[in-house]
Amino acid sequence: MTAWDYLLWVAFPYAASGVFVVGHLLRYRYDQFGWTSRSSQTYENRLLRWGSPMFHYGILMVIGGHVVGLFIPKPWLEFFGVTEHMYHLGATWLGSFAALLTVAGLAILIYRRRLTKRVLLVTTVMDKVMYVFLAGTITFGTTATVLYQIFGGGYDYRGSISPWIRSLYSLQPDPSLMSDVPFFFQLHVLTATTLFLLWPFTRLVHVFSAPLGYLVRPYVVYRSRDNPRGAGSRAPRRGWEKSERPLERSRK
Amino acid sequence: MRVMAQMSMIMNLDKCIGCHTCSVTCKQVWTNRTGVEYAWFNNVETRPGIGYPREYENQEKWKGGWVRNKRGRLQLKAGGRLKKLSQIFNNPNLPQIDDYYEPWTYDYDMLTTAPAGTQSPVARPKSLLTGQDMDIKWSGNWDDNLGGSQETAAQDPILATMSEHVKMEFEETFMFYLPRICEHCLNPACVAACPSGAMYKREEDGIVLVDEDGCRGWRMCVSACPYKKVYFNHKTGKAEKCTLCYPLIEQGKPTICSETCVGRLRYLGLMLYDADAVLAAASIENDQDLLGAQRACFLDPFDPEVIAAAKAEGMADDWIEAAQNSPIYKLISEYEIALPLHPEYRTMPMVWYIPPLSPVVDVVSNSGSDGEDARTLFAAIDKLRIPVEYLAGLFSAGDVVPVELSLRKLAAMRAYMRDINLGNEPDERIPNAVGMTGEAITAMYRLLAIAKYEDRYVIPKAHVETARELEELGCSLDTDGGPGMGGPGSAGHSGPYGNTVGMPLGATVDNYNEMTGRGANKGSPTAPTTPGRVNLLNWNGGGVPKGMFPPVADAGSPA
Repeated sequence: MTAWDYLLWVAFPYAASGVFVVGHLLRYRYDQFGWTSRSSQTYENRLLRWGSPMFHYGILMVIGGHVVGLFIPKPWLEFFGVTEHMYHLGATWLGSFAALLTVAGLAILIYRRRLTKRVLLVTTVMDKVMYVFLAGTITFGTTATVLYQIFGGGYDYRGSISPWIRSLYSLQPDPSLMSDVPFFFQLHVLTATTLFLLWPFTRLVHVFSAPLGYLVRPYVVYRSRDNPRGAGSRAPRRGWEKSERPLERSRK
Repeated sequence: MRVMAQMSMIMNLDKCIGCHTCSVTCKQVWTNRTGVEYAWFNNVETRPGIGYPREYENQEKWKGGWVRNKRGRLQLKAGGRLKKLSQIFNNPNLPQIDDYYEPWTYDYDMLTTAPAGTQSPVARPKSLLTGQDMDIKWSGNWDDNLGGSQETAAQDPILATMSEHVKMEFEETFMFYLPRICEHCLNPACVAACPSGAMYKREEDGIVLVDEDGCRGWRMCVSACPYKKVYFNHKTGKAEKCTLCYPLIEQGKPTICSETCVGRLRYLGLMLYDADAVLAAASIENDQDLLGAQRACFLDPFDPEVIAAAKAEGMADDWIEAAQNSPIYKLISEYEIALPLHPEYRTMPMVWYIPPLSPVVDVVSNSGSDGEDARTLFAAIDKLRIPVEYLAGLFSAGDVVPVELSLRKLAAMRAYMRDINLGNEPDERIPNAVGMTGEAITAMYRLLAIAKYEDRYVIPKAHVETARELEELGCSLDTDGGPGMGGPGSAGHSGPYGNTVGMPLGATVDNYNEMTGRGANKGSPTAPTTPGRVNLLNWNGGGVPKGMFPPVADAGSPA
């Protein structure tokens, strides 16, 4: 194992995890006002109507698949009668469907963001950086699946990548598990790690405010003026960005 | 019985001259910022007309408000909780910015910087969304005074329901103005639709507010409000709405729109209601019974039982007294001439309207008859179906009876008071014909026509002693993109809340009372004599505000 192995498969993931956790805590503490999905639906809806649900439902399926594949050890699934063959079939075909939905959705969203003038003008630099790594992660992951799982003989990442990730979480990192992993899987892992590093500083934070509490709370919310969460009761924090007109922006 | 107080507004439509002063002053105070250029917390519509945003009353299109489902339970028209969450990635009922209008400015710069030429320079309209040249096609009041309404009025959802027997003869048409703000509903659909729980109704005064920190930009409130009075700030990605100028209301002052209203047509005051009765009232089966059901939710502030229950809830004596003196209570419950806007949306709105008699009076006067004679007016109200049915479509879910009753009372007041003004013997049969006494009519006349400032606005101050201790709290409005940005919170600036550095002061009553005295420099012996200097009495000791020291002299010259 080289120093590179330690750098890429130990130091970098830990650094990214640290930034991810601390970044979110700090952002949540200091930038509640900037914590939003920053929807651009009011500008354009014809493309968004298709692209956004496709991407979001697709990526939710993808995340679900990753949780099963990466965090549940193979023997546990086998205990429930899920054999390697069954898993491989399920992961490949369900995964391909989810990937198709996600990639198509993302393609529509990027096309829309680039070619709708109104939407392009409200896109921040951070948005663009985020799009590069998000699209990169999804592209490399899909490429790896198509190359190795569909057309190749099938690569058992549950014998290498999954134990590597669990080794990180059990604080006994084992970079040797990653050194022989096929190239596109490696690339997928690296771009994903970078995405996690950037996550707290992007609009992706909205993922953590998925409003599941809505299902159980009473319809009409009352708050007292004395409530610390009531109006006028908080120190102002820096907002998402300085609010400026597109005229000024385009003159720069 | 759970007694709650609601700060409410009533607008007397007969007095509205459509000057838009309310809209302009509201905009200057609340929405003169990037991201809400298109938002009018207060707007004035010409009716008949399609309103702002376009056709907002067409709930088959926008799915705003509540509906009663088959099991007799109340449900958001756009769907239940699960359906709402499943649509969170793309709200199918969200109005586009073009349904409001594309905000623009003019290239004023050109007027002064254009090079000398043979033609005069022009300031072209520039889109505030793209910075490009644009053609202005629509705005917040594009059909003002029925302008262009041959093209658009047919889309008025109220007229659409009447179209079978009403022909739009524009030469004979009637019109009136409808100023609109947030309704601060008792059963707010926007609050119910907010997935994050960031919208809330204030327990003390019922004002519906958005917690800008809690808002995550899911946009469900915008489409759920049937009045389309929640706006999406497309710059900050947060919802914003009319606040009923709560910083003013808390100080016992009227809202900006009321204060600046040229026609003095707005009334502000408390209404006591039974919060436990609201849901059942909003779920009543027949749309036309909703007006009565909502009236039944209101409590009599003179009833000893209600007073005892209010005190048990911790309501202060001056608030109960304010509820007793409330012009809102008089107009809704005593005289019964005010009506809610679109009760059929089942949100139990709390900005009510006195329907305009003027379309009727105009027709009568133009026909050469006596527009102040009770019998002529009563007959005209019965005969003039178009305005009455149109008003019923706005204010009583299509039921003409409450509108007629309200108009007949206004007509009776007009006729009865004329006799008094002319020195004739007042005719008691006129008030009796509408179930009132001459005394009540005179009192109503004083409230509607004389409309003294202190009669129009009966606003109890918020109770500081119940508020949190006098911490130096910040104002959530002072952030970038907030209406208070660069306001009192910014170091070195002097605003109505004084001159501070470091932690800004919250726009709260306690701070206001504390700061007004020392913040006002006019004629004060302690005011700094040099303009631009800091009044040290306002300095809280943190940091060095600009202007604390005189400007540094040039390095070369002796000090």
